[in-house]
Amino acid sequence: MNDAVLELSRVSVEFSTERGPLKVLEDVDLSIRRGEFVSLIGHSGCGKSTVLNCIAGLVSATKGGVILEGREVTEPGPERSVVFQNHSLLPWLSVYDNVALAVNQVFRRTKSKQERAEWIEHNLELVQMTHASHLRPREISGGMAQRVGIARALAMQPKILLMDEPFGALDALTRAHLQDSLMEIHSNLNNTVIMVTHDVDEAVLLSDRIVMMSNGPAANIGQVLDVELPEERDRISLASDDNYNHCRHEVLQFLYEKQRKIETLGASASDQKPEDESLQEVSNY
Amino acid sequence: MAAIVSFIRPLGGLLPPRSSRFARLFQAVALPLAGLGVFLLLWSFAAGRIDTSLGQFPDPSMVWEQAVNLYDEHRASREKEAGFYARQEQRNAARLKVDPDYEPRIRPYTGPPTFLDQIVTSLLTVLSGFLVATLLAVPWGIAIGLSKTLHQAFNPLIQLFKPVSPLAWLPLVTMVVSAVYVSDDPTVPKSFLNSMITVTLCCLWPTVINTAMGVSSVNPDLVNVSRVLRLSTLDHVTKIVLPSAVPVIFTGLRISLGIAWMVLIAAEMLAQNPGLGKFVWDEFQNGSSNSLSRIMVAVIAIGLIGLGLDRIMLTLQRFVSWEKEQER
Repeated sequence: MNDAVLELSRVSVEFSTERGPLKVLEDVDLSIRRGEFVSLIGHSGCGKSTVLNCIAGLVSATKGGVILEGREVTEPGPERSVVFQNHSLLPWLSVYDNVALAVNQVFRRTKSKQERAEWIEHNLELVQMTHASHLRPREISGGMAQRVGIARALAMQPKILLMDEPFGALDALTRAHLQDSLMEIHSNLNNTVIMVTHDVDEAVLLSDRIVMMSNGPAANIGQVLDVELPEERDRISLASDDNYNHCRHEVLQFLYEKQRKIETLGASASDQKPEDESLQEVSNY
Repeated sequence: MAAIVSFIRPLGGLLPPRSSRFARLFQAVALPLAGLGVFLLLWSFAAGRIDTSLGQFPDPSMVWEQAVNLYDEHRASREKEAGFYARQEQRNAARLKVDPDYEPRIRPYTGPPTFLDQIVTSLLTVLSGFLVATLLAVPWGIAIGLSKTLHQAFNPLIQLFKPVSPLAWLPLVTMVVSAVYVSDDPTVPKSFLNSMITVTLCCLWPTVINTAMGVSSVNPDLVNVSRVLRLSTLDHVTKIVLPSAVPVIFTGLRISLGIAWMVLIAAEMLAQNPGLGKFVWDEFQNGSSNSLSRIMVAVIAIGLIGLGLDRIMLTLQRFVSWEKEQER
C-alpha cells in the first residue's frame, strides 16, 4: 500500500441531532492509489457523501482519520477540490470570474498575473466552455454550469478531485455527454478522482474501482469491486461487453439483494449534512 | 341562437385580446388612468358633502388651485430674497464709494420657509437619517448574521425596538439632544438632529434584520466553496457573503427608507421641526379656509416623494443585484 495517495483509517462520523447522537459511518477503511478513479455507490442516506465530505475536510471524523500523502486532513483545502452536485458557482460572477476566483486564490503567490489568466483559459478550454466565459451561471444550462464547476475544481490543481454526485441533477443525454468529457479529461490528466454516485452505469463506466457502501446508520464499506476494463471505454461497445455486464451485475446485486433498502417513511435523516440544520434556523427571523 | 352569439362576439371584441401590444399598452396606461379618474370622481362627490369648521372639504380643483398658489408664493419669496440681497449690495457699493475702508456686510434673508423649502428640508433630513441608519445597520446586521452568539444576544433587543413608534422616541431624543449637543456655533440646528435621530432609530431595524438574514442564509454550498478555497475571513465576507446577501439587504433598505419617510413627517409634526410635517401642522393651526386644500397638497406631495424615493431604491437595487427578477 505504499503508492496510496489517500488513506481513510477507521473513520467514524457521528452527528449530534435533537434525538441524540446519530452514527453515520463506522470504521471506514479505504486506500486510494495515485491516478485512480474510484466511485462510492450506495443507497441514499448511506453516508457516501459524508465519506466524501470527510476527505474534503468539510466534516471531521469523530474517530479515525483521513491521511493525504502522509498528513492528516484537518480542514478543507484546494488540494482536495470538490465538484458539488449543483455546481455551486457564484451566481453574481461570470463563468470566467468563477474560475478566476479559485485560480487567483490558489496561485496568488506562485503564478504571475499573465500565467494565471492563461491557466484560467486553459481550464475553460479543457471543459469546452471558453465560448461562454462572459456569461453568468444563470444564463447557461445546468450541464454547462457543471462543466464550469469541474473547470474550477481542476484549476486548483488538486491532488485529489472529489465529486459529489456531479451529474445527479442533469438529464440523461447531458449526463452521458459530461461523462464522456470527464473520461477524456481523466485519461489526459490522470488525476486521482473520488466520485459519489447512485448511478450504477456511471460508476462502472468511469471507475477503476467501485466502493459499495452498506446501508446506514453506522454505514460501512460492504464490498469493493475492481473494474477490469480497458482505459479507453466506449459506452456503445461496452453495452455488449461481458466484463462490463458482469460488473454491472455485481453492483446491482449488492444494491438490490445484499443491501436492499427497506423504505421507512421519514427515516432517511442520516444523509443530511449538519449544514442543513443551520439552514432551518433562518426562518426564526 | 346563432344570431345572438354573433351579436355578442363583437361586443366581447371591445375588450382587446390580452396578448396584443395594444392590450399591454391599454393595461399599462389606460387602466391606471381609469383608476385615477374613478378616485377623483369619488373624491369630488364626497368633498362637496363634507362640511368642516374650516369650510367645505377641498375637492380636486381647490387642491390644484392651492398647489399653484404655493408655487407662486415660493416664486414671490425667492424674488423678495433676491431683491433683499440686491438692495444690500447696492447699499454696500454706494457706501464703499464714499468710504473705501468700509468692510461690506451681507445680512442673511430671514423670510419664512416656503412649501418647497420645507420639502427640501424634509428630504435632507430623511436622507441623512437614512444614511446614518444604513451605516449602522449594515455592519451590525453582518455581525449578527455571521455570529450565532451575537444573533442570540441581540435578536431579543431588535424584536423589542422594532415595533416602537417614532412618537415614543421623540421626547427622549429631544431631551438628550438638548443636553448633549451644546455648542455656541452649531453646524446643524438641534431640530434637524432631533428629526434625524428619530428617523434613524425607527428605520434601523428592517435593514438590520434583512442584512442579518441575508448574511446567515448564504447557500451552504457557497460557504463550502469558500472553505475549500481557504478564503480569509475578509475575503469570505467581501467575496461570498456580501454579494450573496445584496438582494436581501437592498430589500431591507427599501423598507427602511419607506419607514424613514413616514416617521419623519410624524416627527416633524409633533416636534414642530422644520419640514413638511411642520407645514401640515402650521396650516392646521392656521385654520384659514384654504388650509385643508393646502394640507391636501402636502399629502399628495408626501405621497409622490415617497413613491419617488422607493423608485430610486428599486433602480439602485436592480443595478447592484445579481438576481434579475425583482418584485415591484
